[in-house]
Amino acid sequence: MDISILPPELIRIVISAVIIIAFVFLNAMVLGYAERKLAGYIMRRPGPMEVGPQGILQLMIDGVKLIGKQLIVPKESGHALFRIAPLLAFIPVGLAFVVIPFSDKLQARDLDVGLVFMLAIMSVNVVAVLVAGWSSNNKYSLFGAIRSVAQNVAYEIPMLLSLLSVVLMANTLSLKGIVLAQHPVWYVVCQPLAFIIYFVAGLAETNRAPFDLPEAESELTAGFHTEYSGMSFSLFILAEYTNMFFVCSIAVVLFLGGWSGIPLPFYAYSGGIWFLLKVYALLFVMIWVRWTYPRVRFDQLLNFCWKYLIPFSLVNLMLTAILVKLWPVVF
Amino acid sequence: MNEYFSDLFSGAKSLLVGLSVTIREMFKPVVTVQYPREKLEITPNFRGHTELVKDPETGTHKCISCMMCQKECPSDCIRVKGEKREGVKGLALVSYSLDFTKCSLCGTCVEVCPTAALEYSQEYELAGYSSDEFRFDLLKRLEER
Amino acid sequence: MTPEAAKQDKHTFVLNMGPQHPSTHGVMRVILEMDGEHILEPEPVLGYGHRIQEKMGEARPWPGFMPNTSRMDYLSAMIYNHGYVSLIERMTGIEVPRRAEFIRVITDELNRIQSHLLWLGAFLLDLGAFTPIMYTFDDREQILDILEDVTGSRLTYCYHRVGGVARDIDEKFVERTRAFIARLRSRFKPIYYDLVTSNIIFIKRVKDVVSFTPELARRYGLTGPPLRSTGISYDIRKNEPYSIYPEFDFEVPVGTKGDCLEVYNIRVAEMEQSLRIIEQALDRLPEGPFRNKIPRKVKLPQGDATFSVETARGELTYYLVSDGSDVPYRLKIRVPSFSNLSVLQELCRNMLLSDLVMSLGTLDLVIPEIDR
Repeated sequence: MDISILPPELIRIVISAVIIIAFVFLNAMVLGYAERKLAGYIMRRPGPMEVGPQGILQLMIDGVKLIGKQLIVPKESGHALFRIAPLLAFIPVGLAFVVIPFSDKLQARDLDVGLVFMLAIMSVNVVAVLVAGWSSNNKYSLFGAIRSVAQNVAYEIPMLLSLLSVVLMANTLSLKGIVLAQHPVWYVVCQPLAFIIYFVAGLAETNRAPFDLPEAESELTAGFHTEYSGMSFSLFILAEYTNMFFVCSIAVVLFLGGWSGIPLPFYAYSGGIWFLLKVYALLFVMIWVRWTYPRVRFDQLLNFCWKYLIPFSLVNLMLTAILVKLWPVVF
Repeated sequence: MNEYFSDLFSGAKSLLVGLSVTIREMFKPVVTVQYPREKLEITPNFRGHTELVKDPETGTHKCISCMMCQKECPSDCIRVKGEKREGVKGLALVSYSLDFTKCSLCGTCVEVCPTAALEYSQEYELAGYSSDEFRFDLLKRLEER
Repeated sequence: MTPEAAKQDKHTFVLNMGPQHPSTHGVMRVILEMDGEHILEPEPVLGYGHRIQEKMGEARPWPGFMPNTSRMDYLSAMIYNHGYVSLIERMTGIEVPRRAEFIRVITDELNRIQSHLLWLGAFLLDLGAFTPIMYTFDDREQILDILEDVTGSRLTYCYHRVGGVARDIDEKFVERTRAFIARLRSRFKPIYYDLVTSNIIFIKRVKDVVSFTPELARRYGLTGPPLRSTGISYDIRKNEPYSIYPEFDFEVPVGTKGDCLEVYNIRVAEMEQSLRIIEQALDRLPEGPFRNKIPRKVKLPQGDATFSVETARGELTYYLVSDGSDVPYRLKIRVPSFSNLSVLQELCRNMLLSDLVMSLGTLDLVIPEIDR
């Protein structure tokens, strides 16, 4: 078949969709491997070692195993919703890639409201978790789902407020615009508080320890995905890792200067190397934090949000607004 | 209000200290062993299941079929069979069966044996497909050694 | 909403926690009457691992029960052994050589540290921290290696014998134990204090959550660290000294408020005290026989006797009634975890689910000991 009869826009969409899905899987594999290996070294054990040199193929084998497993749908569950939930978690992760500026040229679409678009897409995940927990018809799953909703809704506020202070300074919502505005100084230097608040809220948004209450193993066995097995379980994991990637890439775009770094040849494209390096450095911190702290309790989680994060982010936003108004030239 | 801020600062400090502990440990060498490929040496005093001692002088066991171990075993897992034979003092051992599925490894049989005919084996990798594999005949095992 | 009103309103539901649940530490089941995440009524269900241990003790000559003693509380196996052999010695009047008493104390205390280390890791696991259990296991393995070298096994030792111990300790044992003492001491501050004890999340989780009171402790027969956290200094090693414990200089750590943080601190302090005892015992280790010859068949004189020892979890009492034969007529074992678990219902009313998991961890339950 001659593909030239197809509209070129369609071909472009198909190719980018394939690349995005491939990247999602690759990212999950790299992160899954890194998580297990780093957790191992932190605990003074080597982590996966059997499949491939240094166990590098472990995640591939795990994927094959998960695909090969039977999908068990509990008899008493809401069948349709139970099957839809993992897809609901997985589909939005492809969409958010559209606006991420990997480098100067490597961006699918530079939307004017790129930041809002991305945050909106990321919050769909909560719905998926709620549907999964609800339709499982399992009390532990329901607990996980309820916790997840309360936690995500609460932490969205400080997250947005801290991002807003950066937006005030950059005066744009386009992700590319924000990166370009960070010249010569990255925003992490002038907005350290916002960066910390965003990162903590990001940990909570992605349900990572110490805020992993929706899947608190020692309390809720596995939380919202207790009843899931095989591929539907791994779709949740894929979504979780990809969401981690998004949270960190927003942090890099807004605070760490996006793709800027020491110039390399073909900088318009190779800037992506710097971008990915920064993102994975932040992801390393996320993994490191997970294997260090105990889990917070639910009321403490919300208390921390309302008593510390929201007031601090509000003060930060106010100060930023005043400073931007007083010295518009500096910013 | 004072407590509010002191909580924040001391808390943040403790969290950073915690992170420094894990990162320090991360760069220290691994302490575990990749078991089936590497094995640690086990102590010679290890108490595995029992074996009959091979007497270097006679090349056979030292059991006199006195039934002490069978009587003393709290788990009732030993069956000793002896018979009268020409030219042998006491009873000659015909079979010594140990039902390892019942044994609780207390070592009473080794301690009561008047001729020190029993010893602990060093074997710790015991796995099998049926319980019959763990009903040992120690006399046969001795002959195979 | 008050618990009563919630019950009448039928807003409550029943949540079944266990017998297979990551934080019941064995096959125990807790039926929870809940209102949202608040527990109105926790009801522990026992007996999934019942093995008629007491009856087994009454069905065979007394030496035959020795291996069973290690299999009730597998984490205090050595101390359970010690209690049983001491009971028989008390009944029959068999003497124990001095060296054997020292060996018993050293191995008991190593066993206690091992149990507390495992608890520390498992407790943090209940709180959602994965890493500390690996560090505590690293230390614990050292103890198990030392004990394996002298006893031949790693968990169910069956090492103490009536009239002594099964095998003598040697220079290598002493050296390794000294090295272990130095190692563990050097790890308390940089690892456990910095990573766990000082951590703000940990403190906020465990501080002021439950309150053990002296009155509650008396009603339920609470023993061990939860009792000592209420301010009552009750440790069998001090209050009803056995073996050669009176000869050693050690303290019984006590708390004041009776919350989980204090129970935690007491257990950590106990590890340090145990190290002190071991150190003193190693310094003064006398030469001599490690086991007295005892007659082959020892009959238990008619009558009864009790013997209490302090396990890692609290007071363990053996009570034996004899009719004059070598088979005990009645053997009653009072285990600490059973009494400690019985407070759960009162302690955890109107508590969050996460706090119940934490309280279960604080009590340091060994389920086979409760079921026996």
